[in-house]
Parts: sequence; C-alpha cells; structure tokens
Amino acid sequence: MGKKGILVDMHYCTGCHACEIACKQENGFGVGNWGIRINEIITEKPNSDRVHFDYLPYFTLQCNLCAERIASGEDTKPSCVKHCGTACMQYGEIEDLAKEMAAKPRAILYSPL
Amino acid sequence: MRMEYDRIVNTTTWSAGPGCHGGCGAKLYVKDGRVVKVEGDENHPWNFGRGCSRLLAMTQYMYHPERILWPLKRVGPRGDGNFARISWDEAYDLIEENFNKIKENYGAKAVIFIQGTGRDIGGPMSLVAYNYGSPNWSQLGLGGQACYGPRLGAMSCIQGDTSVADCSQFFEKRFDDPRYRLPNYIVVWGQDPTRGCPDGFYGNWIIDCMKRGSKLIVVDPRQNFLTSRAEHHLQLRPGTDGALALGMLGAIIENGWYNKEFVEKWCLGFEELAERAREYPLDRVASITWVPKEQILAAAKAYALASPGSAIQWGLPIDQAPDGVIVAQAINDLWAITGNIDVPGGNVIARNAYHVSAYPFDNYQLADMYGDDFVEQVVQKRIGSDEYGWLRKWRCYIQPDVAVRQMLTQNPYPIKATWIQTANPVANAADMRLHYEALRAMDFNVVIDLFHNPTTMSVADVILPAATFAERTGFRAWFQPVQIISPAVNVGECRNDWEIAMDMAQRFNPELKKRYPNGIKDYMDWRLEPTGMTYADLQARGGWKWGDEEGSAWVPYKRYERGVLRADGKPGFRTPSGKVELKSSQNAEWGATGVTRVDPLPYYQEPFESEMSTPDLFKKYPLIMVTGRRSAVFFHSEHRNIPWLRECDPHPDVEIHPSVARDLKLENGEWVWIENERGRIRRKVKINAGIHPKTVSVLHGWWLPETEGRAPNLFSAWDVNCNVLVPTGAQSRTGYGGNAYKTTLVRLVKMHDGSPAAPPVSVWGRG
Ligand code: SF4
Ligand code: SF4
Repeated sequence: MGKKGILVDMHYCTGCHACEIACKQENGFGVGNWGIRINEIITEKPNSDRVHFDYLPYFTLQCNLCAERIASGEDTKPSCVKHCGTACMQYGEIEDLAKEMAAKPRAILYSPL
Repeated sequence: MRMEYDRIVNTTTWSAGPGCHGGCGAKLYVKDGRVVKVEGDENHPWNFGRGCSRLLAMTQYMYHPERILWPLKRVGPRGDGNFARISWDEAYDLIEENFNKIKENYGAKAVIFIQGTGRDIGGPMSLVAYNYGSPNWSQLGLGGQACYGPRLGAMSCIQGDTSVADCSQFFEKRFDDPRYRLPNYIVVWGQDPTRGCPDGFYGNWIIDCMKRGSKLIVVDPRQNFLTSRAEHHLQLRPGTDGALALGMLGAIIENGWYNKEFVEKWCLGFEELAERAREYPLDRVASITWVPKEQILAAAKAYALASPGSAIQWGLPIDQAPDGVIVAQAINDLWAITGNIDVPGGNVIARNAYHVSAYPFDNYQLADMYGDDFVEQVVQKRIGSDEYGWLRKWRCYIQPDVAVRQMLTQNPYPIKATWIQTANPVANAADMRLHYEALRAMDFNVVIDLFHNPTTMSVADVILPAATFAERTGFRAWFQPVQIISPAVNVGECRNDWEIAMDMAQRFNPELKKRYPNGIKDYMDWRLEPTGMTYADLQARGGWKWGDEEGSAWVPYKRYERGVLRADGKPGFRTPSGKVELKSSQNAEWGATGVTRVDPLPYYQEPFESEMSTPDLFKKYPLIMVTGRRSAVFFHSEHRNIPWLRECDPHPDVEIHPSVARDLKLENGEWVWIENERGRIRRKVKINAGIHPKTVSVLHGWWLPETEGRAPNLFSAWDVNCNVLVPTGAQSRTGYGGNAYKTTLVRLVKMHDGSPAAPPVSVWGRG
C-alpha cells in the first residue's frame, strides 16, 4: 500500500467549519487544538470591483489521517472528508490523488509523515 | 480515535440541537445511555452523510454543564436570576392556575403564544393556544412577520402553490433520477446557502448543482464565496430588490425573452404587468439599486435565454424588503413569464409528500381540526386582523408589530401573559427594548428553553426544560420526504416540545384526551394517516419515505397540465382563475378584507430609512446596517455557549469595507460603537473588501453567555446585539413583510480613551 493523503479542491471549500468540528469530535480535541483549520483569503483583484474569496483547509501536526478510524474498519474515509459540506475533499493513495489533481484547476494535496 | 458505543440510532434533525429547519439524516452513537458521537447518515439522500458543524458539536450542546435539566420557578424579583427546582407537575399546575385566572378575568385572548423560526414547535404550540382558547399564536418580535410567510403568501396568491429551486430534492434517487435536469442557471437572490439551510432547503445543494455544471447569478449587497464564483453578480443597495426585479421583468418583456407559449396559455395579467414594468426603465432602476444598467441587462438575458430550466433560490431579505409580499410577487413573476414553473431544473412546485404536514398552518386545515366556527372566531380576534386583511386569510399568526404595542397599551384589549417556546425574543426581537418592556409588563411568562438566555433571565416566571432532537420523538414533513425523529437518550428531566404542548393542551381541554388518549403518539399517527403508515411503520422502514406515486400531486413536473393541483380536478393552478395571476386578484382581495388596500401589481417602495426617504437622518447616520448575515456555526441567537463552535466565530463583529476603515481610522480587531437614534452597541471591526462601502454587515442574535446574566446586564445583550438599533412598526401594507432589518441607518464611532474595555470573551476557555 502506498502513502495516503487528502486532496482538497480549493474551488469548492466554502469555509463552513464542518471539517474542523468533525476532527475535534473524532479526536476529542479541546479548544485551541485542531487537526484541520480553515483560512479565509480575500483577494482584491486589480482593475476590478469583484473581490475573490477562498477558503483553504490546512492540516496540522495533529492530523494522522484518522488512522484508527480507518484501521478499525469503522469507515473508509476520515471524519473531515466524510462530513465536508461540499465534498471537496478526497482521501486515497497519493499517486491516485495526484492524477485527480491534474484535472482540477486549483487543488492542494496533503500527506503527513 | 476509536469510539466505544453500544448502539447507533438513526434519526432526522430538526430544531433544538443544530437549531435549524432540519431534514438531515443523522447517526447517534450511544454508550451507556449517553450520546458519545454524532455523524451524518451516509445512506440518507438528503445530505449524503454530511453533517454541519452544529450537528457535529451535538455532544457539547446536549451535555453542556449549564443546560437546564428540570423545571424551574422564579424566586425573588425578575432579573435577579434566582430560580428554584420544581417538579413537572408543580410547573404544569402553576401554569394552569395562572392561565385560568387570566382567562376568568380577561378572557383567553389575553395570552400570547410565541414561537421562534420555522421549527418543529410552531404547530404543536398552537395546540396549547387553541385548546386554551386564545387566537394569538405568534412570532412576536419578528417585525413585519418577515420570514418566509410573505414569500409563501405571494406565491399562494400568484400561482396557488409554493415553488423552490429544483436541486433534485423531490426524488429519492436525487441527481440520478432520469426525470431530473440540472438548472442551467441558479439565481441566488438574497441568500448565502453556504452558511446554513434556510426554509427547508439544504444549503449545499447549490454547491452540488454547481459541481455538476449549474452556473450562478447572485443578487447580494455583499461579495462572498458564491459571488466570487458567479457568472453575474448584482451588488444591489439593500432593500431595493423590488426595483431590480421590475427592471429585469421590463427588460425581459421588452426584448421578447419571455416564454410566449407559457404566458399565453397559463398567465393572466401579462399586459398589465408589462405596462407596470415600463415604469421601471433600466436607467431608473440603476439609479435606485446602484447596479449598473448593463449588468442588470446581462443577468436578465442570461437567465431568460437559459429558460425554461433555470431556477431562482431566494432568501429572507425578500420578505424584509419594504412591502415584502410585493417584492416576492415581482420575483415570482420573473420565473413565471420565463416558463420556469414546475419544469425540471426550474422552480418546482413544492407539495408535501402525501400532503402530510406536521401541523395545520392555514385556516382550511385548522377548520378540519377545530371546526369552521372556531376558525372564524380566531380570525376575527387575532391581533392585527382589523388592520390587515391578509391576517385573516393567510396563515395563523398575529401581526407582531401591532401585538407588541398592544402589550404595552393594553388596547384594544388587555394582554396579560405569554407562553414563549424556544424563541428568546429579548435577544432576537427588532427593537429589543420595546419587547423587553412589553414582556416585563406581563403578569406571567412561561419560557420553554434549553439554556438560560436574556429572555429566561429577564422575564421568565416558570421555565420548562426542552429536549434536543436526539432526545425526542417526532416527525418532519416539509416538502419531501416524510421523516421521523427517533429518541436515542434522555437528558435530565428535559421533555419533548411536542409532549409539553400536548400535556398542557390536554389540561386546558380534557376533551383532547379522548381524541389523543396516548398523547403525541396518537397525534402523530393521525397526521401521518395519508401516508398509509404509522410512526412505527416509518421507523421500521428506515425512517423516511419520499412520496413518488405516479400522477400524484406531490410528484413533479408540469402538474398544472395534469389537473392535480386544483380541488376541482381541472388542469391549471390553484388560483381563482386557474392561471398564474401576474396581476393578483387574490392579493388585492385578501387585503381588501382589512382597512389597508393592496395593489394587485408589483411596484417599488423605498426603504423605511434611506438617503431618499429620510435624507436628514441619512446625513447623521450615513451607513446602511445590514443585519442577519449568517454564521455557519450559529443558529440565530444560539450556540454562543458551545466551545467548539464559539471558537470558530468568537467575537460579535461588524464587517466594514477597507475605505470605511480608512476614513474612520479603524484597525482590524478594534472595538467600535455602532449608533443611531435608538441607541448604541459595541462590535469588533473586521475589514472585508466584500462589503459594499456604503453598508456595514452584522450578525444578529448576539449575547455573551460568559458574562453576567442577571439584570441589568442580561449576558451583555444590550451591549452587542444589533436589534437595539433596529426599529419595529415598518411593516408592509399587507402586514406581512417589511421592517428595516436590512436597511437601518447607523454611524460608526471610534472609541477613545476612557471607552469601556472589550467585553470578555472566554466561555470556551481551556476546558
Ligand atoms: S483526517 Fe482525521 S485527524 Fe486529519 S484533519 Fe481530518 S478528521 Fe482530523
Ligand atoms: S467541511 Fe469542506 S467546505 Fe466546509 S470548511 Fe471544511 S473543507 Fe471547506
């Protein structure tokens, strides 16, 4: 088995916070501790009145890709991926995800360790 | 982390807990009689396994150390926060005794029954009201009754039925159903569905459609995630939606982009509408709305030429625009003349499966339950029905702006007590102080809730603890599917809202015991009868059922051709003429039963306060405060006390454009005063280039549960809640719609030395 990771399609993350709370519940994290955190990035485009909003989920040192959840057979997906409001996250082998990534205009691929 | 559990309970969300209008399939993991984890149900076609932040934080909500676990009665003066534990029987006795005394002295109509938003308690609460004998069922504090009611009423008049954007929600197979087609465009008008699930609509369905190829047109004064991804964004002046809709109608008609076949065959009043729309040429509309003419034209063209098969998903600001019903009418006309009614990917007619509803909401259904005479009496006595004919004809609520004044003046008849069920009006009502004073003037207030809040602290005489959805039996029938709510556990002595309502209703009317000897169990099975199934049957088949009987009135599409919409079985719409009434005879007729006259055609009305309507006020208060932006982690005034959620959105902020920050020398994160003639509040500055420079944006419902709850502080509600600044009495001509929630004029004032320090924000601490 190859290395696992999570692919995030940045075009669709709305910043709904579901992944953050899913992770806290899954891992019993208290206030101040996160496995995943959302960043809001507001870009004022030059020569345009249109402002661009991006939400970027990023993973912390605490994220182990829900190792126990997956290993125990309880689920095939990490908790954040399952509950993502827009299903903009995918879990899998990084080689497979990298292929998917090529077809997406803007995406990030995360893999710990 | 591996979570130990003994069993999983599959259920449906609705109300207390996530707080919302519900519908999601949820899985509750139970260990030793305690819910230890909550997840979305991956097999449920509503949400496909997803769960929002508020659902996923349920364990913190249910087992919060400050949750009210047993009935309480006030000891000591109101506002001191001293309550003593009592038993359920004692609490019920106390309520019965006080309400009966009021009935003897003043008549049953002296009690007002108050619910919050579209939650499961609305209807069952009317059981208490009507069996006690009061006609006054209300959403007190909701200025202009401006929440979905105006849109529903407008649609009822114009097309005889409610429509919603077609995101395949009427089919169990959803996007895979061969009958379904994706909307070409979705016009998201005055709503941010990424931040919640309004009006029985799961917000992320919009994203699901976008991912499959639907394009967006967004109408919103604010730029955000959706506007960034929209083909067209019309950044309009708050409250001018009516002018914009009329401008779009005019452009579509003038250029011949409407659906001639549908208009000729199925619409009435097209010529009159066209004539009215000619009064709104795009130059005029552009100057009213701030939206450049070319942008309006381009958006109207894109929508109309991609129709039939494009949808409008609209929001609460339509109701809250001046004369909300009329604005809703204009937008309804847009999807009508483009042929989008009840076509795949359009605005699909939203009948409840099997015509089951959790409770009766309109006069016809009520007559079924209580008889015609009773309904006639209720209609005559309902507060506001003299002034507003619509109040007699549409829905069962009283007019809230009239009601709050009656509570203070005791005219035309006395009001002496309230029953407030999961509503929190002191932190949610427009003009909070007026409502606070009105509730303080009552002899007796019953409050049913889950936590102490500004309402329990300031006005409650008896408090009954309500259960969350995870602790209760119930069902949900809102469009599709019919779903049941199954209890997983008990928490303290908390009781199901429905059970509380049934218990008290049976005390006031012992006859009801004969009708429902087993209480809500019988009530539910009676309501569910048309499905051919009982609560237990539905539970046994997994908990939900989409109605999909071929040819039935609840299955799309083009039902007006099939003769299933009207009582007489003829083809057409459920309107007096059987046509879509662009010029609405019913709207005018309903209005004519009261003292106010209602125009049967849409028109534009300037906001209550604005540069145009109150120029002097505008000079002093030059910013338009738009309230009601949603946070993904809060539902109205709830969840500020839930650590995981509060951490995501910790401060009561005010979002301002960078140019406003520059002008006023404000920095990100500093506290600022927001003021107008009604008072002032404090907010933390958040600079956001998406906010229009002439507006500021604030979340409503704020109070700080971590601060002193006793009067006068009341959890800092006076300090941070924007409703201190929002007026009442700005309701529209139908009594439905209006108020200035989106258009209150304010100014920002920088704090100087000596200004109070920032309020503490520490509830989520380190625990
Ligand atoms: S994969 Fe698991 S541990 Fe990592 S962020 Fe998602 S929920 Fe948290
Ligand atoms: S759940 Fe999904 S959409 Fe929501 S914030 Fe997380 S990654 Fe973004």
